Amino acid sequence: MTDTTAILDHLTAEQDEAAGLEHGIKADEWDRLVTRLNRKPNLVELGIYSVMWSEHCSYKSSRRHLSKFPTKNDRVIQGPGENAGVIDIGDGQAAIFKMESHNHPSYIEPYQGAATGVGGILRDVFTMGARPIALVNALRFGSPDHPKTRSLVAGVVAGIGGYGNCVGVPTVAGETQFDEGYNGNILVNAMAVGLADQDKIFYARGATPGNPIFYVGSKTGRDGIHGATMASAEFSEGDEEKRPTVQVGDPFTEKLLIEACLELMATDAIQAIQDMGAAGLTSSSVEMADKGGIGVEMDLDKVPQREEGMTAYEIMLSESQERMLMVLKPGKVDVAKAIFDKYDLDAEVIGVTTDTGHLVLKQFGKVVCDIPVAPLADDAPNYDRPWNEPPKRAPLDIIKYPEPEDYGAVLVQLMSCPDMASKRWVWEQYDRHVMGDTIDSSQSGGDAAIVRIHETNKALAICSDCNPHYVAADPYEGGKAVVAEAYRNLSAVGAIPIAITDNLNFGNPEKPNTMGYIVKAIEGMAEACRKLDFPVVSGNVSLYNETDGVAIPPTPVVGGVGLIEDLSKTATLKGAQPGDALYVIGATEGALGASLYARVILGLKGEEAGAPPPVKLAEEVRLGGFVRSLIQSGLANAVHDVSDGGIACAAAEMAMASACGVKLMPGCQPEDNRADLGFFGEDQGRYLIAANEDQVRAWESEGFLLTELGKFGGDSIVLKTGLDENGKEFSITLSSLREAYEGWLPAYMNSVD
Amino acid sequence: MKTAVIVFPGSNCDRDAHDALLKVTGKAPAMVWHKDGTIPDGTDFVMVPGGFSYGDYLRCGAMAGNSPVISQLKAHAERGGYVLGVCNGFQILCETGLLPGALMRNASLHFVCRPQALKVETANTAFTSAYDGRSEVIIPIAHHDGNYYADNETLDRIEGEGHVAFRYAAGQNPNGSARDIAGILSENGRVLGLMPHPERAIGGHEGGDDGLGMFESLLSAA
Repeated sequence: MTDTTAILDHLTAEQDEAAGLEHGIKADEWDRLVTRLNRKPNLVELGIYSVMWSEHCSYKSSRRHLSKFPTKNDRVIQGPGENAGVIDIGDGQAAIFKMESHNHPSYIEPYQGAATGVGGILRDVFTMGARPIALVNALRFGSPDHPKTRSLVAGVVAGIGGYGNCVGVPTVAGETQFDEGYNGNILVNAMAVGLADQDKIFYARGATPGNPIFYVGSKTGRDGIHGATMASAEFSEGDEEKRPTVQVGDPFTEKLLIEACLELMATDAIQAIQDMGAAGLTSSSVEMADKGGIGVEMDLDKVPQREEGMTAYEIMLSESQERMLMVLKPGKVDVAKAIFDKYDLDAEVIGVTTDTGHLVLKQFGKVVCDIPVAPLADDAPNYDRPWNEPPKRAPLDIIKYPEPEDYGAVLVQLMSCPDMASKRWVWEQYDRHVMGDTIDSSQSGGDAAIVRIHETNKALAICSDCNPHYVAADPYEGGKAVVAEAYRNLSAVGAIPIAITDNLNFGNPEKPNTMGYIVKAIEGMAEACRKLDFPVVSGNVSLYNETDGVAIPPTPVVGGVGLIEDLSKTATLKGAQPGDALYVIGATEGALGASLYARVILGLKGEEAGAPPPVKLAEEVRLGGFVRSLIQSGLANAVHDVSDGGIACAAAEMAMASACGVKLMPGCQPEDNRADLGFFGEDQGRYLIAANEDQVRAWESEGFLLTELGKFGGDSIVLKTGLDENGKEFSITLSSLREAYEGWLPAYMNSVD
Repeated sequence: MKTAVIVFPGSNCDRDAHDALLKVTGKAPAMVWHKDGTIPDGTDFVMVPGGFSYGDYLRCGAMAGNSPVISQLKAHAERGGYVLGVCNGFQILCETGLLPGALMRNASLHFVCRPQALKVETANTAFTSAYDGRSEVIIPIAHHDGNYYADNETLDRIEGEGHVAFRYAAGQNPNGSARDIAGILSENGRVLGLMPHPERAIGGHEGGDDGLGMFESLLSAA
């Protein structure tokens, strides 16, 4: 028997500033809270304030800077502020997408942390009425030598696969990198892309008073209480003990929830809908109330519960997965219940919308919370955190380092280093083909995945990108580079880049040095978004990625989405034919600062690795348009963006994917005749193109810098360091390169310490 | 040819099966919900699609194998109707006893998704006649539990009776399956269970088009 009186006394007891601190409400925030409320909160109310005002939910450190991002262009239907961004892809259809992090939970419990990250981002997309059609993930782990890395990789990959494979959404692209900077704080960023009809998009806004609040999905348990607050604090040694704050995912229920929600959405029953993600029932009800300008009254005894004796505090803060909250239109409860009953999912009316503007909660017949909604959402703190201008790095002086003696060995070393080596071991654990529309995926190692829009001849191109080494070296230029690379990756498959979602992973914003990187990276990214007409439509900020006071490398990841109007007009890196010429488009000056070569071959770290390559945004637009026009006209057999490891690595990837050797010279001939600058320099704004003579003859390339580097053919990659007799040749067979490239990760994962 | 696709909670290749059947037969299959659905009279061919029925939380296919629709499926098979179980569908057919043996966890303990070379063991079946003259086809796999097991006596028998339809190409067994078995037929040759996904290889996508032959074979058989 539950002693309801004791529970109610506990829940409604007035709280003080010390209790606020325990809930992560700092002194100034406590004053703000008490002022707005005009009294001290009780325990339930304090719990609700603490999650709504957490960094995770309120973006209180980043909000003013996020407003610098452009969020609109001709195709944007919905920018940031809803569950996900929405873009117009023609024919009355829309693509809906977002990326989100699950960094802290994945470090504590990698399988469930990563799995629920996938579940959460899927819900953000199908909440809006979209059928999810693709998943992408961007993973960053610590050094391979670190004792935890192997088990984290295994757990995260299994968790992503376990969830995505079961719900039946293909995981089509991703990136996996390693750096000691993530030793104590890995990054797991997941992106979902969905497809909807433009006249069937659902929002959190739009609820009116007097309508039923409908709870669907899994029962509420005690899992994940205060997950949002955990995600808003630094880690310290021993935090693995926070494991109970990590939720457990149930992809089977998610699959049923997708089908049931989409079935209900096909009827005209839903007025507003919000998934229960971070801060569960609290944030979903507050968001809908706030956006609708209404109040909410809920009877928590009606919430389906997994355990007995849960308190209002626990019910409101639970982060149990696979739950949705909706406001139904009048008279639609029976229709909705019948659909959820078909799928054996819980579905209950738990309250009603009101015109009071208050969030009123009852348990055991008593009011346990009565607070105005607006201050919770709109009056959350919005800090202008002090920040320091990040220091400028000196350019890398390559002359200080000797030229390599064996370019073949350098190429093998680069192609088999942890960041570049094949991630087959990872993506073979993901179902890439379910739904039947995967045209190109991680399987071909291309710049962007290509996913057909069902029953059409159109497709979306999807990619994720971030080079944290550039951002660490110069957050402004590095921020530009992140966005520009996504733009190139989409252009390289023939897609028109439309918009991005971002996932900004940084350390503690209360430290001015870290805050400086946040500010400058956002400004650089925003500048690139503006110049490339490539706005941000959704995103997530993950701060406090620190362990014992050491921040992760600044890692603002972007997920790009582009449109392919005609699937017969695409390119990938795998179409090069024997006899094709290899061209580089764009200028090669030999930028080795902050490059893969500087890190892996020269062994340089931090400051000494130098400044990253500058990004010329106007040039990116021009070149992107040119490359797309070649693909449109069928004038290229294969296309590949030049990024980490420069021309040599990009050409090696094309050769392996095309199963055809290539012989090439460096992209530039500097005065001192060093070939490493031209082979491995990471100058931005470049593409490699394989094309035959007829195709090249038809190029309208006036005004574009094109350099013929060599020819495809044979079964080896031959690096020739210069013209004629001045050039030495270094040859490596495709099979031995492939062995090194494919071999690293399986060998690493299968070895035992 | 009149076709149907059974849909369990957690099926996720049901739409792909629908699309493949529509493409090959020109007619949409009946989509039969496991709980209260009916396999329409006169159905020639029933597909049991892949996915994670009931989340595979007990043993893959075990709960679906006891679902209300299974009695109709068995009656269809007993009438001599054609049945194709793919991936989770194969697991379900083994659980119902329509096919012998069981599918265990992959030997690697990992989920595996890749284009898979298969040896066509016989073109003399209703499912494989279109592969006549082709010794090898490539059809994608995607599973966690595809490690086919039966005792030696059973394996000898199904091999002896010519009821192994597909094997993984030599040296490319992805899951530890006994005798490289990828797909087996029932005694009357009208029920096929296989781990690879022919419905993901119907042309115009990364899976290629080698799966079309299986549906075309059925079309000419039915």
